[in-house]
Amino acid sequence: MYSEKVMDHFTNPRNVGEIEDANAVGQVGNPKCGDIMKMYLKINEDTELIEEVKFKTFGCGAAVATSSMATEMVKGKTIKEALEITNVAVAEALDGLPPVKMHCSNLAQEAIHSAIADYYNRKGIDPTGIVGCDGCCEACHGHSHEEE
Amino acid sequence: MTKRIYADHSATTPLKKEVLDAMMLYLTENFGNASSIYHEGRECKKAIENARVQVAKAIGATEKEIYFTGSGSESDNWAIKGAAYALSGKGNHIISTVVEHHAVLHTLKALEKEGFDVTYLPVDEYGMVSAEDVKNAITDKTILITVMFANNEIGTVMPIAEIGKVAKEAGVLFHTDAVQAIGMEEINVEEMNIDMLSLTAHKFYGPKGAGALYIRKGVKIKRLIEGGAQERNQRAGTENVAAIVGLGKAIEMATADIPAKKEKLSRLRDAYIKKVMEKIPFARLNGHPTMRMASNANISFEFIEGESLLLMLDMKGISASSGSACTSGSLDPSHVLLAIGLPHEIAHGSLRVTFGDSNTMEDAEYIADSLVEIVERLRMMSPLYEDAVKSGRVK
Repeated sequence: MYSEKVMDHFTNPRNVGEIEDANAVGQVGNPKCGDIMKMYLKINEDTELIEEVKFKTFGCGAAVATSSMATEMVKGKTIKEALEITNVAVAEALDGLPPVKMHCSNLAQEAIHSAIADYYNRKGIDPTGIVGCDGCCEACHGHSHEEE
Repeated sequence: MTKRIYADHSATTPLKKEVLDAMMLYLTENFGNASSIYHEGRECKKAIENARVQVAKAIGATEKEIYFTGSGSESDNWAIKGAAYALSGKGNHIISTVVEHHAVLHTLKALEKEGFDVTYLPVDEYGMVSAEDVKNAITDKTILITVMFANNEIGTVMPIAEIGKVAKEAGVLFHTDAVQAIGMEEINVEEMNIDMLSLTAHKFYGPKGAGALYIRKGVKIKRLIEGGAQERNQRAGTENVAAIVGLGKAIEMATADIPAKKEKLSRLRDAYIKKVMEKIPFARLNGHPTMRMASNANISFEFIEGESLLLMLDMKGISASSGSACTSGSLDPSHVLLAIGLPHEIAHGSLRVTFGDSNTMEDAEYIADSLVEIVERLRMMSPLYEDAVKSGRVK
């Protein structure tokens, strides 16, 4: 059911861990729904380049793989470029996700946005205009209510 | 390929060689339609009736009380809907529990939409329903009690004999979904006052697509499948002769020596549980400590999610299952784990290992050892674990 790429990123996730002196940390998801992503970024304040990125994820195979892929995609990007990464792009980079798992890619996109929002908040800048969604969206959205 | 260890026997079991051998004749030479009067038909008819005796013997019934179906789900649907429709003139109230299999729960939901009134009794922290609660739930409108024999997820064995007694005293029909229990628990429909019982062959080393429903003599329920006169006019459709023969052979073998089987399986299960609970902190055994199926170990691991756990076990050659939402395709984790009071986040991290005939003590040890490593690895990746470390909960 998962692509080889998903399994590769699940088995050997890139950039797992935390950054002690991160200047942007975002956490999205909800333990109740079974997935949480926490993303740590170190952003160069002069160049606005994302120089370091780490993540921790509680969740299924797809959640881990999308976290891993998302960190690979934002590494070395500017804030602006990182904000342009869509959930679809993350899913495509993994050669697709099963339909029921697409919400995991939303979570990855939200984690990036949430971390960048935190970066601006720390600087005393209101991120709303820049980031748009700050990851505050209903955490369980995208899940299917199949049963009852 | 690495060696596979199959530890998901509550999902299904491999076909036993003896069972396949018994079936083979009816997949080849004896291909007849059991309704035909000539030789090929008669041979099939004989084989079906032989299987009926085998099933009856295994549960303490008589062969006229056994009806073959296509699955455990069909048996559950038939028993519950059939009884509800037959008795709707008498009342519209059905008693069940919150931890039933979906084959029962969804059937009851469908009946609710048709105007039936269902009481879903709660269970205690071990997943056990109380016979006293069943008794207290009975009203003058109650027409059916349906309670599973043993829970498929956490293995808890329900007080079926007690409930049977309650049902008999109240004069209410009693159905049990015994799909998990055949070959695992001693069952006698007479002694336990069971009026209807569902079973399916693939849970005890028989073929898939072969179920049966026991209906006590004198109990009249409505048939669901109309057509030919098969199964004494109660369930139409040309008999799946080979599957029925397989079911008969499998149930005979599965119930031949239940105490020995329980002894073997519980030894593996207990060694596995002991090792896991000793070596992995923040783990919780789900289900009843003693009143549980010998095959079942359901353990929740905090801070991690079940599907990830299954994928990593799979890479180590181990097949097991989980009650996580991510493995069910729905928002919520298992209704059974929620019913015994687990918070969502802990229910997501549950692992069901169910041992079977092919498993050895080495398998049990290997699964436990693999888990130690996998749980550690997933926790190092988990933000929930990180929080627990920072808050001092994890030392």
